[in-house]
Amino acid sequence: MGLLKGTINALADPRLYFIVAVLSLIVMVWKREKVASNAFGYSMMGLLTAFFVFGAFDPNFQLIIGKPDNVPIIGLIFSLLFLTWYAMREAVRNDRRIAAGKGPIEKEESDRVWVWPDLVYTELISLVVCSVILIVWSIVLKAPLEQPANRSVTPNPSKAPWYFLGLQEMLVYFDPWLAGVVLPGLIIVGLIAIPYIDKNPKGNGYYTFNERKAEIVIFLFGFVILWVSLIVLGTFLRGPNWNFFGPFEYWDVHKLEALVNVNLSEYIWVRALRTGLPGNWFLREIFGILFVIVYTFALPPILAKSAFKKYYEKLGPPRYYVTVFLFLMMMSLPAKMLLRWLFNLKYIVAIPEFFFNI
Amino acid sequence: MADDTKPEGTQPASPAPATPVAAAHAPRPAAPRPPAVPLPDLAGKTTTAASLGGGAAKAAAAPAKAAAAATRDPDDMSPLLTRRAWMGLAWGAFTAASAAALAATGRFMFPNVLNEPPQQFKAGFPNEYGMGVDERWKEKFGVWIVRTPDDLVQRASGFYALLVTCTHLGCTPNYLSAEGKFKCPCHGSGFRTTGINFEGPAPRPLERARIVLADDGQLLVDKARKFQWELGQWADSEAFLRS
Repeated sequence: MGLLKGTINALADPRLYFIVAVLSLIVMVWKREKVASNAFGYSMMGLLTAFFVFGAFDPNFQLIIGKPDNVPIIGLIFSLLFLTWYAMREAVRNDRRIAAGKGPIEKEESDRVWVWPDLVYTELISLVVCSVILIVWSIVLKAPLEQPANRSVTPNPSKAPWYFLGLQEMLVYFDPWLAGVVLPGLIIVGLIAIPYIDKNPKGNGYYTFNERKAEIVIFLFGFVILWVSLIVLGTFLRGPNWNFFGPFEYWDVHKLEALVNVNLSEYIWVRALRTGLPGNWFLREIFGILFVIVYTFALPPILAKSAFKKYYEKLGPPRYYVTVFLFLMMMSLPAKMLLRWLFNLKYIVAIPEFFFNI
Repeated sequence: MADDTKPEGTQPASPAPATPVAAAHAPRPAAPRPPAVPLPDLAGKTTTAASLGGGAAKAAAAPAKAAAAATRDPDDMSPLLTRRAWMGLAWGAFTAASAAALAATGRFMFPNVLNEPPQQFKAGFPNEYGMGVDERWKEKFGVWIVRTPDDLVQRASGFYALLVTCTHLGCTPNYLSAEGKFKCPCHGSGFRTTGINFEGPAPRPLERARIVLADDGQLLVDKARKFQWELGQWADSEAFLRS
C-alpha cells in the first residue's frame, strides 16, 4: 500500500506527470485501433474509479477530493476521458468503414432526423437528470466561502477558480502579461483557427481521425494536455507556497524545494563565459533576444523545409505561416515549462528595467 | 383580417385603429377613401402617419406649418419631427445618458472618505526592534521592517521597510522564519529577507519604502516613496536607515 502510494507520488512529479500525459496522448493516437475497443474504454474508466476509491481512504487525498471547489474537477476527469475515448472510438469505426469504401456511418441516414420520440425523450431525461444533480449538489456541497477579505492575508495555497488553474500554472513560468493575456489569447485563437485554416473539406459532420490527423492531434494537445491536464495538476498537485506535492503527500507548509531560478543571461555570461553581466540591458539580453527572434521568425521557414515539408506543400505559404505561428506560440508554453523544470531557467529575456520578460 | 384588407392593398400604410372600421363597412372593390372617414389624430405621434396623407398633402402642409406652427390644422397629418430630426434627438439623448453614466462611474473612483490607513506612519523606536524581519505592521500598513547587521547595498547596519506586495502579480507573500524567506502562495515566488527575488516567477525584487528617523526619534515609514532595486534606488539614503 505504502509502496503504491509512493509510486504514485513519485509519478506526480511535474516532469514525469507531463511526460506521461504527452505519452498517453501519443499512444492513444498511435494505437487507436486497440484504444477504440469497448474493453479498453471500460477498463480505463474502471481503473480511474478504482484509483479514486483507493485514494478516498487516504487522509491527505481525502482533503483534496472532499473540497467542494474540487468536485467539478473529478467530474471533469471522468467525463473528459470518457468523451475523448468515445470520439476516438467513433472515429476509428468510421475510418474502418471509409477504408472499406462504405462512407461514414453518419451519412447513412443523413436525409432524416429522428425527433419524436427519440430526441425529445433524450432531452427530457437529460433535463430531469441535470436538475436532480444540480439540486443535490447545491444542497450537499457547501459553497467554499472564507472570512472577509483581508489585504494582508492571502490564502496559502491561493488557487484560482478551477477553470483558471491552467492559466495560473502558466503564470508560474511567464510574466503576467504574457501568461495572462498574449499566450492564452494566441492559444485559444490557434485552437479555434487551426482546424479551419486547413483546406481539407473532409471530416465535416462525422467522426474521423485519418482524414484530419494533424488538426485533431494539435487540438487534443492544446486542449487536453495544455488546458485540462494543467487544471488537474493545479488542483491535485499544487500545495502550500505553490510547491508540488504528490496526491498522497501531506501538505507541509515548510516543505523545502530548491527552486533557485536563473536567467538565460546569467547562464551565458556568468556560468559559460565567466564574465560579469554587462551593464547595458540590450547587450546583457542579446542572446535571449536572438533566441526569441530565431524561434518566432526563423523556425517556421526551417520547419517548412524539413519536418513540416508535406504540410507546407499542401497548405501553401500564407496558410502554412499562420498555422505554424499559432502552433509555435502554443508550443512555447510546454517548452518553457520543460526548460524551467530541467534547467531552472527563469526568463529567456529578462529586462526588469522596463518590465519586459519572456 | 388579412383577407379583408387585401382589396385595400393599394393603400399600404393605413393606420391600424382605422382599418377594421373601414374594411368592414367599405364596399368590396374599395373606392378611394372618402375624406370624411373619422381618423384619430395621429399627427406627430408616429412617422408612418406621414405616408397616409401622401406626398401632395405633405407638400401642401409645409408652407402652412411654416406660417403658423402654433395653430395646426386638425387634419394636418405631417409629423412634428422629420425622421432625421427624431434620430438626432434619440442619439443625442442616448449619448447624453451614456456620458452621464460614465461621469458617475468616474466620480466613483474618487470617494469622499478613504477607509485606508495613511501612507505614512510612525513605527516606534529603533530599540524596539530585534535583528531580522518584523511583522507587526504587515496587517495594518502592509510593510515589513527589517533590521540587518549588514545591508546588501549600503554595507552598513540598520533598517529598511519592505512592501508586502509580490512583484509578480501583487499577492501578499508569507514570511517563513524557519527558511528565512518570503514566499508567495499564488505562484511560488520566493524572496530573501533582503527583498531580492530568487525563486519562482517574480521578475524583480520587493520594493522598499522610505524610512527615516522622525523628530521624536521614532522610525518614520512613508509608503508613498518607493525604491526599486533594479533601478539602483536602494542606494538612496532614505531607502535605508543606518543605525
